[in-house]
Amino acid sequence: MNQKTEVLSLSRPVYIVGGAAIVGPKEKKGPLGDDFDKALEHLGPAKDSWENSEIEMTVEAVTTALNKAKISAEDLDLFCGGDLLNQICAANFTARKLKTPFLGLYNACATMAEGLLVCAAMIGSGLFQRGAVSASSHNATSERQYRFPTELGVQRPMTAQWTVTGAGAMVLDVESKENCPYISGGVIGRVVDLGVKDPNAMGAAMAPAAFDTIQRYFTYNGAYQPDDFDLILTGDLGSHGHSILLELCKREGIATGPQFQDSGMWIYSNKQDVHAGGSGAGCSASVWSTHLLHEVRKGKYKRILLVGTGALLSPITIQQGNSIPSIAHAVVVETGEVKPC
Amino acid sequence: MNQKKKNDTLKRSMEEAMEKAKEAEYQSLADGLKPKTPYLRNMLWAFLTGGFICVIGQAILEILLAAGMIKQEAITVTLVIIIFFGSLLTGLGVYDKIGKHAGAGSIVPISGFANSVVSPAMEWRQEGFIGGLAAKMFTLAGPVIVYGICGSIVLGLIKYLWLHITGGL
Repeated sequence: MNQKTEVLSLSRPVYIVGGAAIVGPKEKKGPLGDDFDKALEHLGPAKDSWENSEIEMTVEAVTTALNKAKISAEDLDLFCGGDLLNQICAANFTARKLKTPFLGLYNACATMAEGLLVCAAMIGSGLFQRGAVSASSHNATSERQYRFPTELGVQRPMTAQWTVTGAGAMVLDVESKENCPYISGGVIGRVVDLGVKDPNAMGAAMAPAAFDTIQRYFTYNGAYQPDDFDLILTGDLGSHGHSILLELCKREGIATGPQFQDSGMWIYSNKQDVHAGGSGAGCSASVWSTHLLHEVRKGKYKRILLVGTGALLSPITIQQGNSIPSIAHAVVVETGEVKPC
Repeated sequence: MNQKKKNDTLKRSMEEAMEKAKEAEYQSLADGLKPKTPYLRNMLWAFLTGGFICVIGQAILEILLAAGMIKQEAITVTLVIIIFFGSLLTGLGVYDKIGKHAGAGSIVPISGFANSVVSPAMEWRQEGFIGGLAAKMFTLAGPVIVYGICGSIVLGLIKYLWLHITGGL
């Protein structure tokens, strides 16, 4: 009898051998600013358009990550990338530059987690040796696509989050390099929709999806409990979504603790007046690819559950009165000795 | 057969009701954890900013009247001046910062209308002058113009008919 697979367990570990992020000026001024590889001087068009500036950021994030991993683009078997733009153009143009086999991905702000799962699964199953994953977002490109023109004088509600200007990239390899963490498994998320219709309350839309994935992981993984992780890091729930997730866990009997954190609450300080925190595909991508990897190398975290959260918001279906479907993918990152499967 | 169909419909409507209840329960959980909106502060800002814009408008009007302009012309010129400054501040990237604090205080005056025309024009300038700037310029102000005109036609008709009925015409 075939048992349904809820939790992915890779048959061989896939190492994260490099990571890099390029961010905007606001992110540079945030608490994690020093960890990012480079920052744009100003948000405005680098050359002639915001989209070009996002494309440049993504290209640079991937090439910097490759340089750090001492791997050339020609040696890559696969590049998985995505972003928030229509037709995921930042990823497409990055792939045009890299000239590597390319899978374009879209899972909104969960794109980085999706990319890590897809790439790690392909490498872990022996199809490929090494690949790169990227995700990006840009405040100006996504605001005008999803909400209003940037110069419109509107008041954002307190549940609103600030779309991160940032591109993050990681390089995955079947061979270990010194002191590199590895991906051992994960959970492919299900689309969850509890009827939230407010595009300014994305945290509330995404929290049930994050909860669903976390619950599935701890129900079916058979080895770890929440206490076994030093960090359970959601992508961009923001302060509102994070508090909902903790409440959902409490109600369903999942033990929460200080290891439950959110990247969207890390990237900006309270003084930066971003309301509920950061969001966007570039939020988790840039935090995970730099700050988190640094902390792992320093030995602060040994076992991490990354939960990329994405609100699969479509401006058209929102206008038509539909709610916001959401998704969350989990990736297990570990350090040290590889346990035999 | 008919009974089965009925049962299916019943089952489906029960499922729908349960889903609705689940959604409502979740919505109340999410609302309960919402960060507080500083309504009093927001209203004060809206009042002060909106009031300040109106005071400036009034001052311009008084100056024009004192300079000997007739009232109807002076009002039009005042509006043009306020629109100009609304557009200028949008172009300089200031108006959105005012709006962030003032909310309706800077949206409702005619300078806010100017902001809603200039900001999409700036936003879509990158896509060219025709297909971008000009085509997108009225994406936000368009509905205001359409329904403003429609509303004025309806009101005009009502007034016309009313005067007909009461014999005022």
